[in-house]
Amino acid sequence: MSDAETQVRNYILDNFLFTEDQSQLANDDSFLEKGIVDSTGMLEVILFLEDDFEITVKDDEMVPANLDSVSNILKFIQSKQA
Amino acid sequence: MCGIAGIYNIDSEKAVQKDELSRMIQQLHHRGPDEKGFHLGKGIGLAHARLSIIDLTSGSQPIANENDTVFVVFNGEIFNYIELRELLVKRGHIFKTKSDTEVIVHLYEEYGLDFASHLNGQFAIALWDVSKKKLILVRDRVGIHPLFYTISAGRLIFGSEVKAILPAVGKPLPMSLNGLDQIFTFWSPYGNTTIFEGVMQLQPGEMLVANQDKIDTRIYWDWQLEDTAAYRGRSTDSLQEELHHLLHDATSIRLRSDVPVGAYLSGGLDSSVLTALIKENGADLRTFSIGFQDGKLDEREYQQLVRNHLGTDHSEVVCTHESIASNFPQTIWHTESPILRTAPVPMKLLSGLVHENGYKVVLTGEGADEVFGGYDIFKETKIRHFWAADKASKLRPLLLKKLYPYLDISSASGQAYLEAFFGAGIDTPDMPCFSHIPRWTTTASVKNFLSSSAKESLRGNAIDALIEKLPDNFDRLNYFCKAQYLEAKTLMATYLLSSQGDRMLMANSVEGRFPFLDHRVIEFANKLPIHLKMKALNEKYLLKRSMQKYLPDRVINRFKQPYRAPDIPSFFGTSQHDYLDEMLDRKTIEEYGYFDPNKVNLLLRKIQMKRPLGYKDNMAFVGILSTQLWHHHFVANYRKNFS
Repeated sequence: MSDAETQVRNYILDNFLFTEDQSQLANDDSFLEKGIVDSTGMLEVILFLEDDFEITVKDDEMVPANLDSVSNILKFIQSKQA
Repeated sequence: MCGIAGIYNIDSEKAVQKDELSRMIQQLHHRGPDEKGFHLGKGIGLAHARLSIIDLTSGSQPIANENDTVFVVFNGEIFNYIELRELLVKRGHIFKTKSDTEVIVHLYEEYGLDFASHLNGQFAIALWDVSKKKLILVRDRVGIHPLFYTISAGRLIFGSEVKAILPAVGKPLPMSLNGLDQIFTFWSPYGNTTIFEGVMQLQPGEMLVANQDKIDTRIYWDWQLEDTAAYRGRSTDSLQEELHHLLHDATSIRLRSDVPVGAYLSGGLDSSVLTALIKENGADLRTFSIGFQDGKLDEREYQQLVRNHLGTDHSEVVCTHESIASNFPQTIWHTESPILRTAPVPMKLLSGLVHENGYKVVLTGEGADEVFGGYDIFKETKIRHFWAADKASKLRPLLLKKLYPYLDISSASGQAYLEAFFGAGIDTPDMPCFSHIPRWTTTASVKNFLSSSAKESLRGNAIDALIEKLPDNFDRLNYFCKAQYLEAKTLMATYLLSSQGDRMLMANSVEGRFPFLDHRVIEFANKLPIHLKMKALNEKYLLKRSMQKYLPDRVINRFKQPYRAPDIPSFFGTSQHDYLDEMLDRKTIEEYGYFDPNKVNLLLRKIQMKRPLGYKDNMAFVGILSTQLWHHHFVANYRKNFS
């Protein structure tokens, strides 16, 4: 597992699922559909990404395609850091 | 703890009178009820009031070096005294006592003015070098113990509390309106300023050297928050282990005592961590807490959880509105300052409980929020900084709802409020006081109640004056560290550790000890990157990780509840308090002159008519009442109390 993947997965597990059990979160799980992260929570995730990965997210990038699952987030981080 | 006082005749060897020193030190009896001690030399008088904690039989002060050429009186504890003593004995120094005090004189012999940087402790020290005729005053790094001084009629007069200085000054000192301006902005005076005109406080980490007619001050330690890349490449696991080790040792050395040691347990993370660290050190777990009648403020459920988990022997005191109102005047006698919330009063009741149970020492969790990034003001700063990254964003400010769920952001008026209050400074997030502007602006609303003559006497702007005194490297700190620095130097040093801390503990002859403020812990934490202090909005992240296995999940994950006590409701219940009528009467308001009697009357009417009251109303009421009481104790009744 890459460093970024570990960091993102652990952040969601710790702060939204309140568990260390990795099996509780699949990388393709939709946060919205599974009720894992709500709209305010999404902003918190963005804050985490900006802090820990030193990127800036524009309003028009705050969309499910970029943020609604661990996989989407990892692709998004990669595109911002490229 | 203890109390110290003294007089130094500047440029003269005129004798100091013992009975004058006696009158000064007697004012500090509550700090040191066990013994009094004096040293009189050419042009110098030192006095000490002792609370015996280490070396009960031979540790009386003042203490001198081998040939009586260096004398010291001090208030506090040197926790690494055992290690320092070993080192000094190896270098040939001869010790007469088993006390921690004695290491100070020998360290001075060894290192001169650099002695303070070798101390791990909490202290206010007065050291007299006989041959050099030098008086050295030193305060600990963060401001745990107080030290005040004034220059009057060719004398430098100092004391642990201003009430020890006042008998020697011989007359009441007027209020410093700039001091009041700072209290009504920052919650306490900043730098060397105090509320007493002409009286200075030694700053945390400051040393004063008085040598004949020359008086110099210098800062020997300050919060260094610049180097936050220091741990790049280190794993979080290794950092959390190092932190745990440091906290374990900081607690261990603070358990050194010849009398039993207890702990404050609020039910929050910090005191729970502390209690777990005490257990780890194999010490007895004797805990003390406050409960509140008001369910919204009460934390007894969490206190119970921790008590059961760790197995503590526990006592508690329940704080009622009546107990706050009846203890308020005496609280101001001890704070020696106006205050803005009643929060110190329950702390006085708590130290009273400790004293009643025969304890003189407690460990307590203050400092963790400043050192590890715990406060809501840091979260708010983070969110505002997040918003500032794209000011025009409609989405970013919505994160404020995480902190303030009641915030109405949807309506036009809600949006306007959001921008005016939280958006203050959003165009310039790197400005020095970005983090604290909203709080300081709210607090400054109390100044609306000042009389026109008081307002006219204010010189300059308190915030500008503070910015001028910030250290040179302040601009290089990241936004989070700037907020931490401001919090540690304003609210923590002169309000939390003083009015709510030292003064309330000492009112009942109890010494507080602060493992989170061990300078090694602070220096370690200062170099952490932001995301290990606050991960997104998860506060004290590394601290929680390092103590996770020792505490129940409910305590680790608990939503932070700030400590609060009831304000206005305390004073307007069923019981009558004569002092309220007297202090808030139009005649007294006019006589003392600080406030506009019409405005005060309107506030009182708003309260008496039971109209909805806000945060600002509570601050204004407590601020006005405590200022009136300050004047009553220290000015109007100077003769009765001090001569």
